[in-house]
Amino acid sequence: MIFGRRHIISTKDFSREEIDFILDRAERLEPYARKGGLDLLKDKVVATLFFEPSTRTRLSFDTAIKRLGGDTIGFDSAESTSVVKGETLSDTIRIIESYADAIVIRHPREGAARMASEVSSVPVINAGDGAGHHPTQTLLDLYTMRKECRKPLGDLNVAIVGDLRYGRTVHSLAYALSLYGASLSLVSPEPLRMPESIINYLRKHGVTLVETPRIEDALGQADVLYMTRIQKERFPDPSEYLRVAGSYRITPDTLESVGNDMIIMHPLPRVNEIDPGVDSTRHARYFQQAFYGVPIRMAVLSLVMGKEI
Amino acid sequence: MNVSDRELRVKPINNGTVIDHIESGQALNVLKILGIGSHSKTVVSLLMNVPSGAMGAKDVVKVEGRELDPEEVDTIALISPRATINIIRNYEVAEKFRVGMPRKVVGIIKCGNPNCISNSNEPVSSKFMVESADPVLLRCSYCEFVLDKNIADNLL
Repeated sequence: MIFGRRHIISTKDFSREEIDFILDRAERLEPYARKGGLDLLKDKVVATLFFEPSTRTRLSFDTAIKRLGGDTIGFDSAESTSVVKGETLSDTIRIIESYADAIVIRHPREGAARMASEVSSVPVINAGDGAGHHPTQTLLDLYTMRKECRKPLGDLNVAIVGDLRYGRTVHSLAYALSLYGASLSLVSPEPLRMPESIINYLRKHGVTLVETPRIEDALGQADVLYMTRIQKERFPDPSEYLRVAGSYRITPDTLESVGNDMIIMHPLPRVNEIDPGVDSTRHARYFQQAFYGVPIRMAVLSLVMGKEI
Repeated sequence: MNVSDRELRVKPINNGTVIDHIESGQALNVLKILGIGSHSKTVVSLLMNVPSGAMGAKDVVKVEGRELDPEEVDTIALISPRATINIIRNYEVAEKFRVGMPRKVVGIIKCGNPNCISNSNEPVSSKFMVESADPVLLRCSYCEFVLDKNIADNLL
């Protein structure tokens, strides 16, 4: 399978076979994600352009690059760049492509990474574009489910809970799970329902789907409880945020009725939707999930740069 | 209808394009799609709300001295799917065809998502893929926003 010089913009650009190929490669790279020892990206420079704050994504990309023996350049906020002087993203990309062998970009506007890929001669990896896509997050989510659940992805019942309207991670995840035939329970307050266009896409692709505002309706049959933060920064109207903030909170008590094998995931950061008391239960997987970002990003970086292992 | 009215409405053109069977009320938007504005030197005749047997009422646009290219013409289908095109050469109808739905639409329609990169100061044209012709459903190639109504209102 050829990934060399390919842009990674949306999981929708990939077939199930291609996603499986990436997950398989991540599996092979996982031991090196913990202790390094590879030089697949020796003499390679990867630019990480974060126009928006990020902790896990940026640091896990940095770690992945370093574990592969590569170097990084870049920035973690637009304030320290020529953007404040009015430089366009297109110009920034045209300049950076001459410095780096690949570009990782996070940007607050939807479609920014797609546009960057049209301008760039080196591979562009989307690390989140507004409320749009975050494909490497989706890949690590799938990887977590594959590693931590006892069933194949296609047999899972995944309850996705929280901000389904603005949450880019859940949009990409829903698309990707539809490739495997997993069942979905979409749990959200009415104003934060999954966008109609995505619901239509899922239905068109035969996904078994339940929409409910009550988490209790989904907990019993869920194999995966995928919690998300209700993102204050995405709300155009703060009063709208206050109406739905704190709608869902998982505590050890909430988990009394769930199956033994049910796992809880979260793209993090969490605010108060998962009580710290849950961390020590058999269900918590969100910290493990955050670690899996490293082998996944190692897999993606090595693939787009045409490196075999 | 007396003879002078009739002549005024359908006076033939020497060379150019007649766009007929435009949905009533869409003629000005057709001009927008064709990039014909107040600065334009093109001779244009515009008929609005002309009685039509098949449509009840229709608009007609005649553009003199210019043959429209097929991509330009097809974009008209987004707002007027029944429109027909007559290419006129030496007062004769040299070609006659219906508009067809394009596969993509570039630089003509504004994305409805205010946070789309195509609505920023980037030097980039808006770009939509046509996902469905009936009903018309467009998907932004950048942010994937779906535009399925008020398409004429989003003309740039």
